[in-house]
Amino acid sequence: MVWLIPLQGTLLGMIVVVCVKQIPDPADPGALDPETRTLKRDVKLILDESDSYGVEMGLQLVDAAGEGEVRLVSMAPNNEVGGLRTALAMGAASAVLVSDEALAGSDALSTAKVLAAAIRRCEPDLVLTATESSDGYTGTVPVQIAELLGLPSVTFGKEIEVTDGVATVKRQTEAGFDQVECPLPAVVSVTAGVVEPRYPSFKGIMGAKNKPVDELDLAGLGIDPATVGWSGARQEITDVAVAPARDAGQVVHDEGDAHERILAFLDDLKVL
Amino acid sequence: MGISKIWVFGEATDAGVTASTLELLTKAHQLADTVEVVMSGDAAAVAGVLGAHGATAVHTIGPIEGSLGGPRIASAIAGAVEAGTGPDAVICSTSYDGRDVAGRLSAKIDRPVITNVVDLVADGDRLLGSEPVFGGTTDVTTGFTDSGTAIFLVRPKSFVAEESGGGPAEVIEIAVGDLGDTGSATVKERFVEESSGPKLDEAAIVVSGGRGLGDAEKYKMIETLAKLVKGAPGASRAVVDAGWVPYSYQVGQTGKVVKPTVYLACGISGATQHLVGMKGSANIIAINKDEEAPIFGIADLGIVGDVHKVLPKLIEALEARG
Repeated sequence: MVWLIPLQGTLLGMIVVVCVKQIPDPADPGALDPETRTLKRDVKLILDESDSYGVEMGLQLVDAAGEGEVRLVSMAPNNEVGGLRTALAMGAASAVLVSDEALAGSDALSTAKVLAAAIRRCEPDLVLTATESSDGYTGTVPVQIAELLGLPSVTFGKEIEVTDGVATVKRQTEAGFDQVECPLPAVVSVTAGVVEPRYPSFKGIMGAKNKPVDELDLAGLGIDPATVGWSGARQEITDVAVAPARDAGQVVHDEGDAHERILAFLDDLKVL
Repeated sequence: MGISKIWVFGEATDAGVTASTLELLTKAHQLADTVEVVMSGDAAAVAGVLGAHGATAVHTIGPIEGSLGGPRIASAIAGAVEAGTGPDAVICSTSYDGRDVAGRLSAKIDRPVITNVVDLVADGDRLLGSEPVFGGTTDVTTGFTDSGTAIFLVRPKSFVAEESGGGPAEVIEIAVGDLGDTGSATVKERFVEESSGPKLDEAAIVVSGGRGLGDAEKYKMIETLAKLVKGAPGASRAVVDAGWVPYSYQVGQTGKVVKPTVYLACGISGATQHLVGMKGSANIIAINKDEEAPIFGIADLGIVGDVHKVLPKLIEALEARG
């Protein structure tokens, strides 16, 4: 599925779309539903911390451009907006939220199809995503979105500058980083910890309640339900097994000689 | 009837074919009748090592200079799939470029990716991928329900690379289709960040720091200690998210998987996502203030204590040894 209509933007300054995921609080790891073998989703959702870096980076890029805005795109069950409100309170201008019962069981490709369709409505100059979500961590959605939209992508971005319709991105590599130039519109995924996400101000939190959240279902996006969710996944879980556990060893309290114990342990292994 | 043809995305640096490529080839060779590599660059230079690890052919798109490989490799594979000459399964390493290839290919041929795989199993004529969930306490095995091309992203170090005695792989050129705008990103300059010690995922000793260190300044103790034991410094996700060290330091589900001889966890409580990345270490030492920290559940030597007291003494003792 590829849309051939070119994206457009730039009329309103720089439009940065940030894909955000609303996830169960990672402090509460959740469980699989024994019936459906999918993650139970009965808890309140929050903004995935991984996405707060993209939101911050988007806000900084719009500031640097002098004109424009950050628009959020999210897919969540039950029209959940808890995480979106956090990102709106940080300074994003609006959000598109896609909810549809047919999206249950969606894998990364289904998610990318939905997000790509929602992103097209926002006419972005730049699409920012995290490198991976904190709960699903497949890490393929950013590139799948780029391919579906026919856009170039730069993954694992540490720094982004935009000048004259070209993004210059420092991309993490095994050896260090590459300086990559990419004409806009483009998709860039950003690694965590590269900017300091701002805390929403009281004014921001109050203002977020009145910011527009465009709620859509699959029909509204023009997506055939058969291509996403359970029917789009074309996969089955064949086995769920308890992983072999690793046994605990000796636990000692430091009485001022812990460093000697560690050295003795390392000496026994002859690794020093 | 088994799996007839697997393609492995081959990655190489100036130092040669990456370890994870050879791991994937070794496993694929055990599972399929035919194993072939698809890559960019000078395939002839590496055809010997690829062949020795089980590949009978290497499809190359040729030199790509400053372009990013992801869209190009994916286009070449998609072309073969559409022409009916493609493989039953495509396997990529969970590397920076491997994810680009798998993601692009997935969208191009409308096939999902089975990700975070740590084991591959043959089930008749299809391939299954096993993935650890819930912090590695549970393994979930997944397969495709139809016969289309299966795409897998496999975590490095899931398999041990072994030579199987094959001759050099036959070098075959493979065409890249029309990329439109998707291939327009170009690398202008490559920067190598000098690190004096071994690489994180190759070091015999890994010294990792977590939030228990308190602040970024204290992370220097981890680097000092790593240098003294000729190991590599690592970090928990919390420390990376806080911006103390770059993403490349991260050990865990969303970072690197390490299996050193010794893993020394300092001020790391052992969030499930961290444990998945290091619990395959041969020996684990943990220092943490909290007696209840989950890291003690898997440590061979657990020290309930303050890293700010233990680490300076450990550093001093190692320095005294010279």
